[in-house]
Amino acid sequence: MTDSASVVDVGRPAVRRGTLSRSLRGGLKGGEYTWAVAFVVPYVAVFAAFVAYPVVYGLWMGSEASLYRELFADPIYQSTVVNTILYLALGVNVKMFLALLLSGFFMRPGWWMKALLLIFVLPWAVPQISTFISIHWMLNGEWGFLNNVLYALFHTEGPSWLNDRWTALGAVIVSHIWKWTPFWTLILLAGRMAIPVEIRDSARVDGATGVRGFVHITFPLLANLYLICTLLSTIFLLGDFNAVTFVSGGGPANSTHVLATLGIRDAFEIANPRLGVAAVMSALPMVIPLVIILMRKLRTAEVQL
Amino acid sequence: MSTITVEARLSSRTRARTRSAVRLRRYLSNAGTVVLSLTLVVWSLVPIYNMVLISLEPEGDVFTDHIWPRAPSVESFWGVLTQGHWYLEHFWRQFANSLFIGAMVTFFALLFGSLTSFAIGRMRIRHGWLVSNAALLTYVIPASFLAIPFYRIMQNYGLADNPWSVIAALVAFATPYAIFVFQEYGRSIPIEVDESARIDGASPPQIYLRIYLPLMAPALVAVGTYALLLAWNEYLYQFLLLSSKSSMTVPVALAQFLSSDQSPWNFMMATAIIYAAPPVAIYYAFRRRMTAGLTMGGVKG
Repeated sequence: MTDSASVVDVGRPAVRRGTLSRSLRGGLKGGEYTWAVAFVVPYVAVFAAFVAYPVVYGLWMGSEASLYRELFADPIYQSTVVNTILYLALGVNVKMFLALLLSGFFMRPGWWMKALLLIFVLPWAVPQISTFISIHWMLNGEWGFLNNVLYALFHTEGPSWLNDRWTALGAVIVSHIWKWTPFWTLILLAGRMAIPVEIRDSARVDGATGVRGFVHITFPLLANLYLICTLLSTIFLLGDFNAVTFVSGGGPANSTHVLATLGIRDAFEIANPRLGVAAVMSALPMVIPLVIILMRKLRTAEVQL
Repeated sequence: MSTITVEARLSSRTRARTRSAVRLRRYLSNAGTVVLSLTLVVWSLVPIYNMVLISLEPEGDVFTDHIWPRAPSVESFWGVLTQGHWYLEHFWRQFANSLFIGAMVTFFALLFGSLTSFAIGRMRIRHGWLVSNAALLTYVIPASFLAIPFYRIMQNYGLADNPWSVIAALVAFATPYAIFVFQEYGRSIPIEVDESARIDGASPPQIYLRIYLPLMAPALVAVGTYALLLAWNEYLYQFLLLSSKSSMTVPVALAQFLSSDQSPWNFMMATAIIYAAPPVAIYYAFRRRMTAGLTMGGVKG
C-alpha cells in the first residue's frame, strides 16, 4: 500500500495541505496574493466587459444559418470577397516586400539617409483620416491634383479614378501601401540593426556581399520577423476600415467594399446589424488560423528583434 | 630586374583599372541613391502637399487646375481657428473632446497595463499566463470586427453618445500592447531589486509605486505616446458611438464634411492639417522612445 503510494508520488513534490494553497497562489504570501489579484482585476474586468462580452454577443448575433444564405446570395457580398482577397494579397505582400528592400536601403550610413528617413516616415506620422481624405480629393477626375499634374506634364486628361471599380480599388491598395510601408520599414530596419556586426563582417570577408549576402545571411536571420510582420499586417489589414471608407467610400455603386466596411454598411446604412455581423463572421475561417499561428509565434518567439 | 619592373607596371595598370571600376560603381551607386531618394521624397510628400495646397486656396478657388498655390491665403486656417464656417461651429469643443478621450485612454492604459504586468511579471501570480494570453488575443483580433456588437452593448448600457463608451473600447484595445511592452521591458530590471525591498518590509503597492514605476519610466513614455496617438487617430468607434455635434471628436467632424457634395475643401484641408499637427509633433518629439517600443511587435492600425 505504502509502496504503491510512494511510486505514484515519485517525481512529484510532496504537497501538504498548507503548501497546496500556497502553490496555487504562486508562492505568494496571503496579503501579497490579495494585492496581486487586486492588481490584475482592473484589466481582467476591462477584458471581460469590452472584449469577451462583445465577442460572445457577436457570435450570438451571427449564429443563424439563414443569415449566411442571405449574405452569400448578395452580389455586393460576392464582389466584396474578391476585393478583400485582392486587397490582402497585394496590400500585404507589396508593402512588406517594399519594406524589406527599403529597410536595406536605409541601412546606408550618412546624414542624408537620416534626413530622408525623417521625411519617409511622415505618411505614418500623419493621421489616416487627414491623408486619406487628401488622397480622395487628389483623385477627383475633374479637379484632382493627380489629373492636374498629368495635364500640366503630358497634356492628357486623366480618367475619373474613383468612378471605376478597378482603379478605385487600386487607389485604396496604393493608399494603404503608401500609409503603412514606413511603419514596417522601421520594424524591419530595427530587425536588421539587431543582426550582430560580427556576422555581417565575417560574411563580407567570406565574399557574401550584395545580393548573395542578402540571400544567405540577412534574409535567413530576418525570416521569422518577416513572417510575423506579414501575419500581423494581414490581420490589421483585414480589420482596416479607414482606407476604403475615405479613399473610395466603397463606391462606385458599392463595388469596392471590403468585409470590414461591408459589415458596418449592412449594420448601419441598411439597418441590419445581424447581416453586418454575418459579413464580418464570414472571415472567421481565415481569421482563426491566423490568430492561432500568431499567438503561438508571438508567445514563443517573443518577437526576436 | 626587368621582369620586376614589368610586373610592377602591369600591376599598377590593373590597379588603375580596378580603381576606375570601383569609381564607376561608386558613381552608379550614388546616382541610384539620389534617384531613389528623390522618388521616395516625392512619393511620401504628394498627398501631404495636396493637403497644404488646397488649404491655402482662397474660398471658391478650389475648383481650379493649378498645381502650386497661385494666391496663397491663410483665410481657411483662420476660419477653422475662429469656428467661422457652419461645419466648424463646434471645432474647439471637438478638439477638447479628442484631447479628453486621448488623455483618459493614455491614463487608463498605462495604469491597467502597468498593474497587470507588475502582478504577472514581478509578483509572478499563478495563472498569469492566462491573462497574458487574453491580452495577446485582444491584440490580434481586428477591432473593427467587434464594432457592431460593441455598439449594441453600449446602447443597452445607455452609454450612447457618451465619450466613456469610446474610452472603454480604446482602453480595451490599447492595454494589451502596454502589457507586452512592460513585460518585455521589465525583464531588463533584476527581480532582486523587488526582493530586497520586500525583505525590508515594503508592501506590494509600495514596491509598485516607489520602485517599479520609476524604473519603467522609458517604457511608460513609449506606451503613453502609443496610446495617445491610437486614441487621437482612431475613427470607427468614435464615428459609431458619438453622434451629436457637441460630443463628437475632430476625425468624426472631419468626415462629416464629406457627406455633402459642396464641401468647402479648403476649410476641410485646413482642419485636417490642424488635426494632424499634434500627433506629428508628438511623433517627432518622442521618435526615439517610440521606435524602442516598436520593436515589440507593432502599433495597431
